[in-house]
Amino acid sequence: MKRPLCPVRRAFSPWDDPGEQPLIEFRNISKRFGSFIAVDNLSLKIFKREFHALLGASGCGKTTLMRMLAGFEEPSEGRIFLEGQDLTGTPAHKRPFNMMFQSYALFPHMSAARNIAFGLEMERLPALEIKKRVWEMLSLVRLEGFAKRKPHQLSGGQRQRVALARSLVKRPKVLLLDEPLAALDKKLRENTQLELMNLQEQMRMTFLIVTHDQEEAMTVADRISVMDKGKILQNATPGEIYEQPASRFVAEFIGDINVLDGQITTKQQRNVRIFSSVLGAHLDVRYSTPAKVGDSAALAVRPEKMRLSLEKPEEPETNAIPGEVWDIAYMGDVSIYHIKVAETQTLRAIVANTSRLVERPITWDDQVWLSWDSDAGVILTR
Amino acid sequence: MMPSKPSWFNLTSLVLGFGFLYLPIVIMIVFSFNESKLVTVWTGFSLKWYAALLSNEQLLEAAWVTLRVGLISATLATVLGTLAALVLVRQGRFVGRTLFSGMIYAPLVLPEVILGLSLLLFFVAVEQSRGFWTITIAHTTVSMCYVAIVVQSRLSGYDRSLEEAAMDLGCPPVRIFFRITLPQIFPGILAGWMLAFTLSLDDLVIASFNSGPGSTTLPMKIYSQVRLGVTPEINAICTMLVVFVTIGVILASLLIKRQRLKRMQEERLAAAHL
Repeated sequence: MKRPLCPVRRAFSPWDDPGEQPLIEFRNISKRFGSFIAVDNLSLKIFKREFHALLGASGCGKTTLMRMLAGFEEPSEGRIFLEGQDLTGTPAHKRPFNMMFQSYALFPHMSAARNIAFGLEMERLPALEIKKRVWEMLSLVRLEGFAKRKPHQLSGGQRQRVALARSLVKRPKVLLLDEPLAALDKKLRENTQLELMNLQEQMRMTFLIVTHDQEEAMTVADRISVMDKGKILQNATPGEIYEQPASRFVAEFIGDINVLDGQITTKQQRNVRIFSSVLGAHLDVRYSTPAKVGDSAALAVRPEKMRLSLEKPEEPETNAIPGEVWDIAYMGDVSIYHIKVAETQTLRAIVANTSRLVERPITWDDQVWLSWDSDAGVILTR
Repeated sequence: MMPSKPSWFNLTSLVLGFGFLYLPIVIMIVFSFNESKLVTVWTGFSLKWYAALLSNEQLLEAAWVTLRVGLISATLATVLGTLAALVLVRQGRFVGRTLFSGMIYAPLVLPEVILGLSLLLFFVAVEQSRGFWTITIAHTTVSMCYVAIVVQSRLSGYDRSLEEAAMDLGCPPVRIFFRITLPQIFPGILAGWMLAFTLSLDDLVIASFNSGPGSTTLPMKIYSQVRLGVTPEINAICTMLVVFVTIGVILASLLIKRQRLKRMQEERLAAAHL
């Protein structure tokens, strides 16, 4: 998961400031379609200049939530506020948000320039002003030479840029992106993600993106709301979500993780010891948890935080368990080792391939030690 | 499939099929240029029946009535049929939707005699004297259903997110219809209009039931004259109708073909830019 260096973003955290007024606030929002509950009593604050991602599998309610903000759906219960103003009853065409649709939804009978101009024409701006702003947008998305082309005369990537320009030209309070990159191939998608981030920086705008692609959410967003069954399971920065997942679902949805079920045997402030009956071993972990001694809890460790060695490591504050190499998946940059640590349990360790693969120091069927620091694991109680 | 030599069976059915379809029309056209007053005896080439046609006030009057009925009823039917299609496709599930959409298909299967008779009874009941407008209304009612079906099929394949996008960009609902929806479904509406116009143009049964003095349509006129015997004049006017329709069909298909070619060319261009 590559995350480009962006020093400005690091300091940006208005959600930690209790005095900061949110730009958008969903307050106890529910949406039912017949007996199906799409969004279930959900509350969320989005701040000015934030790049927020709604992440979840299809059917989790993320698109419904965005459509309620755009005004295409009315919430069954609850209210949505924009800068403290209740948006209930404001029709979609009067809300200061613009959406970039998954299908792009470009008007087929209008040229690229006319598509971009459409929103400005609705504001009845003077023709000269419209022309100027359309050209600004065309040059921003590098499509100056394609102004007169109709959508069917453009390639997929060009259509996507026209759609982006059309949704940006009105300078909306929030730009809504509904799976905007789903139709692009991997390379183009990665480039566009970077472009989106740059645009958001440059234009100092608030972006809300709906996506099912966890890598995309991690790359572009300041904060991610992980959703399932109409609820937000965790709303935090990508780093927090990855390193301190709030639940098993979040931990397993974002990236890969080893989960060992067990029971807490001792607890001294942050120093917790968990007994895993599958391994028949006590494991140490340093992590804040409300769970008490005797509670059942799971220890979760990311595979890249696991180490492999042929000798038993003797460092303090390290968990080490013996196992056998069951399988090796060679990925080029890294190899994923599947280690059988018990009859019914395999754990995964990611090892960087630091030298060319001539001879593996550890290979199939080797007896190895799998170890990790007590700082590396997290405790999951849900 | 490999192009192979057609079997004698295929060849025969092809010749017979097209022969039955087009030979009578060809004969009619040929005899419209006949010198003789007898329809079945060729005596020489002449344009005199066409000249006679131009001075036949009654026939010209009937043609003019037919044209006006066709234009007005096709236009009314297009407006009403489009509205019906919009409601049936867009309004979601409402009470009686299944009934309404079933009723739209009814005039397609009901015998024309019944349609004509029931309309006549209706006009009698409301004490409306028959004439130009009763024919127009009758034609509108029937062809509206055809328009609704054609437009419905166009609408159901249409991407609703276009309208949401327009709304999202600040377009109020009524303007969305005229600026986005209408241009998208226009080909369907045009096809519906042409269908309605053609239906009105060649309808005999419904028009006969609902016509009154001074509102004889061309098909009615032709039919009544034929009962007195076919004259070369009838051949002439039918030939003109055939030519008229043929030109229309050729023009329409040329237009469609040109548009498709242009589109294909442009898509190739766009693909080359990838």
